[in-house]
Amino acid sequence: MSEQNRLRDAGAIVGIGATEFSKDSGRSEMRLVVEACEAAITDAGLSPSQIDGMVTFTADTNPEIEVARNLGMGELSFFSRIHHGGGAACGTIQQAVLAVNAGVADYVVAYRGFNERSGHRFGTGVQGRPPLATAESAHFAWYAPFGLLTPAQWVAMFAQRYLHEYGATSEDFGRIAVADRKHAATNPKAWFYEQPITLEDHQNSRWIVEPLHLLDCCQESDGAQALVVTTPERAKDLAQPPVIVKAAAQGAGENQDMMTSYYRDSITGLPEMGLVARQLWNTTGLTSDDVQAAIIYDHFTPLALPQLEEFGFCARGEAKDFIRDGNIELGGRLPINTNGGQLGEAYIHGMNGIAEGTRLVRHTSTNQPENVEHVLVTAGTMVPTSAVLLGVA
Amino acid sequence: MTTTDTDEQAAFLTKLRAFQGTEAGTEVGADPVNQAMIRHWVEAMGDQNPVYVDPDAAAQSVHGQVIAPAVMLQAWVMRGIRGRPAQGGSPRDELMGMLDDAGFSSVVATNSEQEYDRMLHLGDHLRTRTVIDSVSEEKHTGLGVGHFVTTRVEYETTEGEPVGRMLFRILKFKPGTGRSAAPSDDAARRPLRPRPALTQDNAFFFDGAKQHRLLIQRCAQCGRLRHPPGPRCPRCGSYEWNAQEASGRGTVYSFVVNHYPQVPAFEYPLAVGLIELEEGTRLVANVVGIDPSDVAVGLAVEVEWLDEDPDLTLPAFKPRA
Ligand SMILES: [Zn+2]
Repeated sequence: MSEQNRLRDAGAIVGIGATEFSKDSGRSEMRLVVEACEAAITDAGLSPSQIDGMVTFTADTNPEIEVARNLGMGELSFFSRIHHGGGAACGTIQQAVLAVNAGVADYVVAYRGFNERSGHRFGTGVQGRPPLATAESAHFAWYAPFGLLTPAQWVAMFAQRYLHEYGATSEDFGRIAVADRKHAATNPKAWFYEQPITLEDHQNSRWIVEPLHLLDCCQESDGAQALVVTTPERAKDLAQPPVIVKAAAQGAGENQDMMTSYYRDSITGLPEMGLVARQLWNTTGLTSDDVQAAIIYDHFTPLALPQLEEFGFCARGEAKDFIRDGNIELGGRLPINTNGGQLGEAYIHGMNGIAEGTRLVRHTSTNQPENVEHVLVTAGTMVPTSAVLLGVA
Repeated sequence: MTTTDTDEQAAFLTKLRAFQGTEAGTEVGADPVNQAMIRHWVEAMGDQNPVYVDPDAAAQSVHGQVIAPAVMLQAWVMRGIRGRPAQGGSPRDELMGMLDDAGFSSVVATNSEQEYDRMLHLGDHLRTRTVIDSVSEEKHTGLGVGHFVTTRVEYETTEGEPVGRMLFRILKFKPGTGRSAAPSDDAARRPLRPRPALTQDNAFFFDGAKQHRLLIQRCAQCGRLRHPPGPRCPRCGSYEWNAQEASGRGTVYSFVVNHYPQVPAFEYPLAVGLIELEEGTRLVANVVGIDPSDVAVGLAVEVEWLDEDPDLTLPAFKPRA
């Protein structure tokens, strides 16, 4: 593969919309998604009947056709879904850019919504009966019988090795949480608005799975987020200043597993994210030096560190030093997760991060740094993943 | 474990297994299927289905008449609270006696399965025929060292028509030999661990575990070891493979200690290791025989077997002696 593609500056995010982010929405997941899509379409200055493409996650339980029917969209000429949980987030934008450039759709809505907090919970429903003999369920045969059952536990295995190899500490993970919560504290939409934490709070929070404290782990949220994508040409006539998709990429690494790539020679990097990074840089000709802010996927703090390394913001194993120097907070070299991230704002599988990236380029974030020209947004880690590089027109 | 121990165990198991397939007695129910017992049972269970108690409603149902709840099967031939008169000399009593004498004096019922051939109606009079179905090899369970004994009870009418059967499994174990110093009621009530989904690609590993053999898939053409296993060698492309038995020695490459959420099948804090075997492959397994707070990357470990239940044996790793 060339690790470079022809879709440089080929798409634009022209609308964003979300529900409130809560712990108990009190309404159906379908309604959340419909509300978010309507808000995004309105933000773009479009009407639902102009939307002809939809893309979401395979993990989403709200079928495109039902969303379209509820919104009165009429006919759809493009619909697509992406697998691997939060790894799909920026992949939805790539799908939309592919579609509008191939001419199979003019305006594509990407969405994700759920009642994750008030609906089902992780770690429940474990049964004594054998599951189906599919490759997807057989994957869990190597983990579930041993009690390795939750995303936090799968991630902790990498985190422990990362600490061992690079001399990082739990406090370095904590600094990600502190920055996220600091930024959430000034974002009225964030669940943890006006609730900053200290590093001491982080260290004193109980163990969930060593080496992860409670405050290393993302919250569970109810809510939905939608975005509208079209070509930069069509974007010129719409309501908002277009936010250009400089490049979008997906990546699955060699010897990739779903959350448990424990069998590679090294398990302290994220080769799938490295592949995504090379595609973004090679496609745009830009480097990490050209990026002024980033939304780094933060379902669990430890994996923010190797992401900074894979994108070249610091050398391998040196993210701890980059973070200790205050680079990731407002006023620093690379403010991250200015919305509060998923730890602070809401966990909408990374989609709310793309919306914040869009606001950063529009210069409308509640924590807006000055002189933002390019923003990196990443998707879920330890799974096949994706990222987008957004920028001004 | 010394060779002598193993030989003695094998000889003892041969004696125990001589009972497999033998008839272990017959019993006749004290009363035929009757409305009074059904009524007591459904009231205790809170089951309000009229088909069990209302002849008119039952007549309108697909059954055409009052039926007994299927899961009452065992009740129709159960002895009352006075229990079984001392008989002695039945093969089942002999088998239990042998286990008692060898120190396996504690007993816990582990599970039962029932199968029904037809619904039971008022007036059906049942009898049972019990067969000793199987005796397991010696297992190291959470409760202690023991043997699972499974009996099969065949239910039929006194006219000889089969109506159902039940597999009933108990564990006869040596008290005080469990993993925790004082085997608790909690351990006995703990649900089974999550089952592995078995496919043609991974079943050999779990079959090997039942025989306490730690197996690694090996390409039959180029010899490359791989775990987790798969149908094709990524290096040479061969679909042919066999399995190599690992030495069981390795080191902790990484690990976690689980605190929350607490799933009832496990004891917490729960140490789970990513073990690098000396053959070079890695696998996930519990780290045992050490305080979870003492586990460290690089710890030298060796395999130990957890006979969790009759259907699941898992490798675990303990600090190397
Ligand atoms: Zn081979």
